[in-house]
Amino acid sequence: MSLAEPPLLELCGVSRLFARRQDMIGRLAARAGLVAAPQAVRAVDGVDLQVRRGEVLGLVGESGCGKSTLGRMAAGLLSPTRGRVLYRGADFAAMPAGAARRARLTVQMIFQDPYASLNPRLRVAEIVGEAPRVHGLIDGDEQAYVDAQLRRAGLDPGYKRRYPHQFSGGQRQRIGIARALAVRPEFLVCDEAVAALDVSIQAQIINLFMELRDQLGLTYLFISHDLGVVEHLSDRVAIMYLGRIVEAAAVEQVFGRPNHPYTQALLAEVPRLETRRRRFTAIAGELPSPLHPPAGCHFHPRCPHAMPRCRAEAPVLREIAPGHRSACHLNDRA
Amino acid sequence: MMQALPAAATAPILEVRDLRTHFFMRAGVVPAVDGVSFGVAPGEVLGLVGESGSGKTVTGFSVMRLVEPPGRIVGGKILFRGRDLAQLSERAMRDLRGNRIAMVFQDPMTTLNPVLRIDTQLIEAVRAHGRTSRRAARARAVEAMAMVGIPQPEERLSAYPHQFSGGMRQRIAIAIALLHRPELIIADEPTTALDVTIQAQILAEVQRLAREHGTALLWITHDLSVVAGLADRVAVMYAGRIVESGAVDRVLDHPRHPYTSGLIESVPSRNRRGARLRQIPGMTPNLLALPRGCAFRTRCPHAADACAAEPRLTETAPGQMVRCFYPERVTAA
Amino acid sequence: MSAALAATADDEAPFRRFARRFADSKLALLGLALLTLILLAALLGPSLAPQNPYDLAQLDIMDGRLPPGSRMGAGFTAWLGSDDQGRDMLSGILYGLRISLGVGIASAAAAGLIGTALGLLVAWRGGWVAGAIMRLVDLQLSFPAFLVALMVLALLGRGVLNVVLALVLVEWSYCARTARSAALAERRREYIEAAEGLALSTRRILFRHLLPNCLPPLIVIGTMQVARAIALEATLSFLGLGVPVTEPSLGLLIASGYQYMLSGQYWMSVYPGIALLLAILGINLVGDQLRDVLNPRTGT
Repeated sequence: MSLAEPPLLELCGVSRLFARRQDMIGRLAARAGLVAAPQAVRAVDGVDLQVRRGEVLGLVGESGCGKSTLGRMAAGLLSPTRGRVLYRGADFAAMPAGAARRARLTVQMIFQDPYASLNPRLRVAEIVGEAPRVHGLIDGDEQAYVDAQLRRAGLDPGYKRRYPHQFSGGQRQRIGIARALAVRPEFLVCDEAVAALDVSIQAQIINLFMELRDQLGLTYLFISHDLGVVEHLSDRVAIMYLGRIVEAAAVEQVFGRPNHPYTQALLAEVPRLETRRRRFTAIAGELPSPLHPPAGCHFHPRCPHAMPRCRAEAPVLREIAPGHRSACHLNDRA
Repeated sequence: MMQALPAAATAPILEVRDLRTHFFMRAGVVPAVDGVSFGVAPGEVLGLVGESGSGKTVTGFSVMRLVEPPGRIVGGKILFRGRDLAQLSERAMRDLRGNRIAMVFQDPMTTLNPVLRIDTQLIEAVRAHGRTSRRAARARAVEAMAMVGIPQPEERLSAYPHQFSGGMRQRIAIAIALLHRPELIIADEPTTALDVTIQAQILAEVQRLAREHGTALLWITHDLSVVAGLADRVAVMYAGRIVESGAVDRVLDHPRHPYTSGLIESVPSRNRRGARLRQIPGMTPNLLALPRGCAFRTRCPHAADACAAEPRLTETAPGQMVRCFYPERVTAA
Repeated sequence: MSAALAATADDEAPFRRFARRFADSKLALLGLALLTLILLAALLGPSLAPQNPYDLAQLDIMDGRLPPGSRMGAGFTAWLGSDDQGRDMLSGILYGLRISLGVGIASAAAAGLIGTALGLLVAWRGGWVAGAIMRLVDLQLSFPAFLVALMVLALLGRGVLNVVLALVLVEWSYCARTARSAALAERRREYIEAAEGLALSTRRILFRHLLPNCLPPLIVIGTMQVARAIALEATLSFLGLGVPVTEPSLGLLIASGYQYMLSGQYWMSVYPGIALLLAILGINLVGDQLRDVLNPRTGT
């Protein structure tokens, strides 16, 4: 994994806006000035991100920060409103349809909800076997291929004729993983993949991710709000707040020497097993709504070190130490 | 069969003895809560920890007598200030609910009616117990909103639940729970669905309020870290039974049940970064098909032949109870 | 570490589970029995009927208006009496059932197909075409069904096929709206996203993933629509606008016998009426239970 190698996945200035689609009457009314035009939610705001081959990039943030949207853009499920998503240097959007489709298969997503992410009307064998069959990825017996995928995800192939509702949450998540692996991806985007699971099952699935990484040389974008899991699994970590990346660095640096005030607050407030009967002191203020993000630095209303400049000007994500980037005006003081 | 309870410093305000709540399903009888005993003293926080199928939520619901068919309390006593709640009439129970005992649920939309304004709901809750004029009730509502840290309570009272964020809604739910200064609050995973920063806020509020008013708190959760920070004592549940209980420090630093220690060891922060997490093998128990004897047997690294019999709760250290034949085999994490 | 995990105790195939839940309601089972009886009667009609009431050669006006239990000229007993043309009521009802059920099922099926296809497409594509189609649906639904059918039949004239056409025109919009809302809800779910991520073709996603999961509400309204179609056809025929006189449906039978009600010759209207009632009742009972069972919140 040399530094000279280009990143496997690169997001360049990626933004994604969600606007409520208006029907014809609404559009006419807005044109005529009778009704205010609907606001757009800037779910992701000018993000630059790289993921190198073989590494695990942890993406951390709270609800509404846009990490799920970012993950979907990385997986090709959503297209960016602005900016480009490059995989191995190639832009999916610029490719012809057939090639783009095949290229899509190399980036697969593991979803959060084990109950909604499987088609309840299909048997497991079909869920896992459909895509590789349709894309001609199987040479030889389809059933043997499906069995191998299930076994790799830690499931007994004897149950492949069953339906999703007959499995537990952890098993369904494994089915989802088998389905993703069946199309031979290089890159997995895990969107809160263990959040909905029991603690003891979480550990099993996290271990499975690590094994697959070693066995298959996979690269991960691991999206989660659980800092403990991210710290354990990731090589590098990026912190998101309200659509922007506020800090990105190697995991030891983010957790050991957090620079951005939001990162510091986040780390301070995570409940830990070791701290007993603590006095919880929280940062004041609510998570702002993505519809009305604060001007300048998104975090300034809640930041204990806010300056007048923070309200006026949005800080840029800059390198403050080798491999450590942070978006905060405080760093300019030094 | 009553188990010896650890001696509490003061008389417990809630004392559950051998509670059994079973669900009568088509496929069989599900012993969701099967012989659970614990006590909570005034001003104390007891954390009830477990995963799915452990019975922790059903325990909370049973204390509130909110269990609906096909579930039913089939045995045991729920002593609240000496009165057995399991035997009370529904009318008497309604007097207590929201008044002396309150519950906060995981999903604030369970507590809040989405089609009614907040002031309507709060005022309704105030007037449900005791005769109060509308004006006085409204004043109480404003006071309750301010108490849980909602900015500009006067104006926000006329809003609807969907106009608040998740964290705010949960705070309102807590405000409703606190309206009548209950002596006991049962909180069922109230912060699980909330972000870390908001969770910290809610925990801070709850802690402060419990301290100020001497409210006893039964905090049901699957998250050991939250319990570590909040609770004084903790009880760990598995397959409908308490398998370990004691002071938070003792249980978390020196767990004696293989399940407790397994849970603690599987937390990522307890493992070397990048190494395989120590995991508990197998699946969460299927209550319809529990193994004979110790329910944890099939997943336990220390299981032996003796485990085919049902273990009882024994006191391994002052105030620490464990349901295991081989607690000494569990080494400290 | 071995990770071969056993599945939970819930081992039933979806259809068995569905059948078991359906059978929970005794009333629904009664409805199903009723429906089966009626369908059998309709299918086996020609073999069961002592007479072919559409064959004018077999009719004898002298056999007209005989009370139930009388002997007909041709030698058999008219258990339910005869109408003013000399038609045996029982035969008339059996044949009439065929028409009524045939029209009802055919129109509901055709409307279902068209409506579902359009509804799914609209939900998937969106855009101005979707808007246009849904406005058309709204327009159609704002007219009373009866009125639309009337207008169509006035243009086309009487006839079984024309009635089916009119009913399809009335009913497709209801199906389309239901299909669209079901599809919109399912479309956002993660398994559809996963299917897109697996680069499956749109056609495959629509038919193998989206459609099967939109079926429950469609099945429910499908059964209700059969009942509605039957009732509508009966009304139209009663008013003399539906099927031709030579091939009477139940509605027409009721109409022809209506004038004799006051003189005490009730059997000509009442028995076809009861047959119609039973058919619609059976369908509604089954449809009700289907709705409960297939409701994702309470059922499967």
